[in-house]
Amino acid sequence: MSGFVASLITLGFLAQVLRIAIPYVLAALGGTLSERAGVIDLALEAKLLMGAFAAAVLGYETGSIAIGIAGAAAAGVAVAAIQAFWSVRLGADQVVTGIALNLGAFGFTRYLLGVRYGQGANSPRFDGVGTGVLTNPISWIAAALVALVVVGLGQTRLGLRVRAVGERPDAVAAAGVSVARVRWLAVLIGGALAGVGGAQLSLPVDGFVAEASGGRGYVALAAVIMSGWRPGRAALWCLAFGLADAVQYRMQTHGVGLPAELTRLLPYVLALVLLAAWPRRVAPPRALGQPD
Amino acid sequence: MTAPALRVRASRRFGDCVALADAALEVAAGTVHALCGENGAGKSTLMRVVYGLERADAGVLELGERVDLARHDVAGAQARGVGMVHQHGMLVPTLTLADNAALGHEPVRGGRYDRAAAARALVAAAARLGQRLDPDALAGELTVGEQQRAELAMVAARATRLLILDEPTALLAPREVDALFAMVRAFAAGGGAVVLVTHKLDEVLAVADEVTVLRGGRTVASWSAEVTAAEIARAMIGGEPPPPATRPPPPRPDAAIGLAIDGLVVPGPRGGGVVDVTLRVAAGEVVGVAGVEGNGQRELALAIAGLAPVARGAVAVGGVDVTRAKVAARRARGLAHVPEDRHRHGLVQGASVADNVALGRLGEVGRGALIDRAAVAALTAQLIAAHDVRPADPSARVDALSGGNQQKLVVARELDRPGLRAVLAVHPTRGVDLAASARIHARLRDVAAAGAAVLLIAADLDELLALCHRVVVMYRGALVGELTGAALAAPDARARLGAWMVGATP
Repeated sequence: MSGFVASLITLGFLAQVLRIAIPYVLAALGGTLSERAGVIDLALEAKLLMGAFAAAVLGYETGSIAIGIAGAAAAGVAVAAIQAFWSVRLGADQVVTGIALNLGAFGFTRYLLGVRYGQGANSPRFDGVGTGVLTNPISWIAAALVALVVVGLGQTRLGLRVRAVGERPDAVAAAGVSVARVRWLAVLIGGALAGVGGAQLSLPVDGFVAEASGGRGYVALAAVIMSGWRPGRAALWCLAFGLADAVQYRMQTHGVGLPAELTRLLPYVLALVLLAAWPRRVAPPRALGQPD
Repeated sequence: MTAPALRVRASRRFGDCVALADAALEVAAGTVHALCGENGAGKSTLMRVVYGLERADAGVLELGERVDLARHDVAGAQARGVGMVHQHGMLVPTLTLADNAALGHEPVRGGRYDRAAAARALVAAAARLGQRLDPDALAGELTVGEQQRAELAMVAARATRLLILDEPTALLAPREVDALFAMVRAFAAGGGAVVLVTHKLDEVLAVADEVTVLRGGRTVASWSAEVTAAEIARAMIGGEPPPPATRPPPPRPDAAIGLAIDGLVVPGPRGGGVVDVTLRVAAGEVVGVAGVEGNGQRELALAIAGLAPVARGAVAVGGVDVTRAKVAARRARGLAHVPEDRHRHGLVQGASVADNVALGRLGEVGRGALIDRAAVAALTAQLIAAHDVRPADPSARVDALSGGNQQKLVVARELDRPGLRAVLAVHPTRGVDLAASARIHARLRDVAAAGAAVLLIAADLDELLALCHRVVVMYRGALVGELTGAALAAPDARARLGAWMVGATP
């Protein structure tokens, strides 16, 4: 037990927290953008998973980490494009669209693995980015993106329009701005961010494992909601979830006497408890979930 | 002769419903043009076509030059100097006034949106209209009057050719209306054209140079000279207007108290709500509550109806305390509620007329857990006939009825029932055509004459002055003034009530 506690007060543990938090952070940033524009982002899970898959496969096939990361972003954008086509263009139910994409991504990645590598569970291993934090380009990309989204949403022309379109799309239309265009942009950019977050699920472990997203997209969405749809705070909540996840890994390796099946639930239970208990001072974007 | 600022002909249908049937309007530069008509006549639709928010199926549009209607959009309208202030406002509540003003035309500096420049531009635009405002205030935290003035400043700053105001006075106190009209006249004097969409005839006569009337999507009359209110009303209705409402006979001096409100405190959004209201309405008396919207009237009504929790104080119907009673118990006690929002609290839009009648009268048509369909049919037929609800079809879906007929249905169900002790009517004629309004007024008068205590909450002073024995003014959650008897009939009653509505102390 004391070994377990001591292991939490190390630089290695801090690095582990950051490494684990990155997919949450990037997915939450992407989710914040979509949702501020009024599009419920339940498809974060699919974006993470497709990003992880694309990064591993393209990284393995080309031997280039950069192409892997770019491919992850593109995969996230592709999922986002389908989502936007259904929910922005056709006005379909955004929750159903998101769930369909998540389920589809699970099957689709397994199918492609099977077609290309003859088995549906793993992509071939290759030299990824390693488990270090400072040597991992995704860490730096993530840090830059947090700042970029905070500034972009709060202080740019597009950011103002995104914030307006999630509240009063009719007012945005009356100001002569295309509501659909703003929503498309927000969802696509959000997809790229979540896709890059997915790369962090495969590149540090040198390959893609089926269902690598493991519900992180939903936890990231919980962070978006608890942050009051504010990107900086959402990133901080994701660090908290990363911390919970890292603690449960240490509990497993140090054998604190609880079954792994229970400790693994820690971040999810934390998300549930916080969602219920955290005071909701900030109302969601008023037009969230409503097609124009 | 110079080309008019606006010339438009347009047709537009939504499914089976014809909104515009070759409606035409021509507005000269430097004039204020009133566009009149009943609800659903197509006034707003026509103006939305001009502003590029609504497509026309066919038509012609000239804004100084010929405009291709098929390609017309908001950006194109704005580029031609057209601005529109919308009926329900078009401010994003979570953004500041400066952000709202900038939306779509954001000043950019060094790649970022230049908020300071947007704020300076808005303050300057407001100053040109003689207003002062705080550009950093969140739009959602302002009163509707403040929001509307800010919106006018934003729109007028960009509109050089044509300013469209869609029902701008619906939420304003009389004094605010005067200020608005002064701004409108100033804009026209500067060479701009103004279209004032309204159905209030006194406003038309006060401010407009020309008048056009729409009915059923067609232009039915247009005057450029002197015209009387009666002529406009006849054109709007397509017949003789109903006689004005009359007051019921005064309550007997020994009449019992039908509705009593004691020291009522009801929390509302942003610290608003009801601060402290004590009011007694005698059986047979009609008491009006005037006030600018958002001064606690909504919370007062919901608390009386049993739809909002009461922090302190008491509500009694016919001498029995109902402060903690559920809605059904209050209704059983003889309280009727004609709610402000008939979509939310009055009717189930997707259900039939008969089902909506049954829902409000389960005590009469319910047999244990079952509903007596024969009783529902009989009651519905009786209400439809007595209140002229159209179409006279018990199986019609409520959302297929016009606003006026929906409201007639609510009034019929609520007021046409036995054991009525107190009536709470909130904006009962809002969005309702003149003929239906007259019926609703007559109905309120009749239930009062039959001994019910009527509390009428309305923004329309004419309605209150015509029907009420007594009018109180609600301001910031409290009652600040009261007129009764001779003072209410005096010529200065409107002005006194109007002053109290914006915070003057009696």
